[in-house]
Amino acid sequence: MTTTDFRYAVNVSPKPGILDPQGRAVEGSLGHLGIDGVSSVRVGRRIELTVTAPDAAAASEIVDRLARDLLSNPLIEAYEIEPIGAASSTSSTSSTSASRSEVRA
Amino acid sequence: MTVRIGVVVFPGSNRDIDAVHALEVAGAEPVPLWHDEASLDGVDGVLLPGGFAYGDYLRAGVIARFSPVMRSVAAFAADGGLVLGICNGFQVLTEAHLLPGALLRNRGLRFVSREVAIAAERLDTPFTHALSQRSALRMPVAHGEGCFFADETTLDALEASGQVLFRYVHPDGTRAGGEDDRANPNGSLRAIAGVTNAAGNVAGLMPHPETAVEAVLGSDDGLGIIASFVASVAERERAGGKAAVGAR
Repeated sequence: MTTTDFRYAVNVSPKPGILDPQGRAVEGSLGHLGIDGVSSVRVGRRIELTVTAPDAAAASEIVDRLARDLLSNPLIEAYEIEPIGAASSTSSTSSTSASRSEVRA
Repeated sequence: MTVRIGVVVFPGSNRDIDAVHALEVAGAEPVPLWHDEASLDGVDGVLLPGGFAYGDYLRAGVIARFSPVMRSVAAFAADGGLVLGICNGFQVLTEAHLLPGALLRNRGLRFVSREVAIAAERLDTPFTHALSQRSALRMPVAHGEGCFFADETTLDALEASGQVLFRYVHPDGTRAGGEDDRANPNGSLRAIAGVTNAAGNVAGLMPHPETAVEAVLGSDDGLGIIASFVASVAERERAGGKAAVGAR
């Protein structure tokens, strides 16, 4: 069976209304940089991962479960799943695995 | 017969030896339980100690939640077994959904390591019945993520059902205020320092009663909590593993 690598980013952020002391600390530092006009700073985290699965639906199911059960705490955090880069078949030797994240890096 | 109480050891636990000592002071036989083993070794109660399980990576307690031992702890708790989580152990229990709420980064952003005072909201629970005083129990905190959070509806429900077990207080016993009040070391909502589950057999708190069990340690106010837990585990054993003292 051919499997394909699907590359995702899971972006986790504090839910609206949840205290975000890190965001507040960042915001508090802005004055030191002589910057104004910046507000509502929220600090979250981004997790990038590769899921190897038979098809996109199966991969999506896995990453969704991972995001919900492990990568975020639904009481305090929201998450968004973002496909990054092109899917690549493991049997392929082409360079389609170069993901946007790698390009950016 | 001496009761056997499991002390779960995760990679990164660092208060497990303190917990072992406190249980011995309270007359129990501590049994170290390794995180990678599903077996609870037939213990009568479980204590989750402080530390930084799995380095506190991702969120404090979340990776520990998925360890083999925690599946067994969850089953033990579902069966009515008594479970006490201290500091990181409290964080693990909230991440495992065995306790309500979440522990956020301290509002002051700093790791706080000093003595605080707490009050027991009630003395009819398996974790507080042996306390000789309700309020201004002195013991240390040492954590970076101890700000208790739940939404307002949940907080109201916890208050109404008597699940708020401990609150931070001033030395005179009056309730601590919000984040600007030094008596509330992490800005916990409603100054909540510890809670129980709905059934009353699982409890967690951020302060460290296990390091305040002898006067030589600076305070023995925590001993009443550990002794309550040990006595309740013994009581449950005598009753054939069913009712616990004060359990609702």
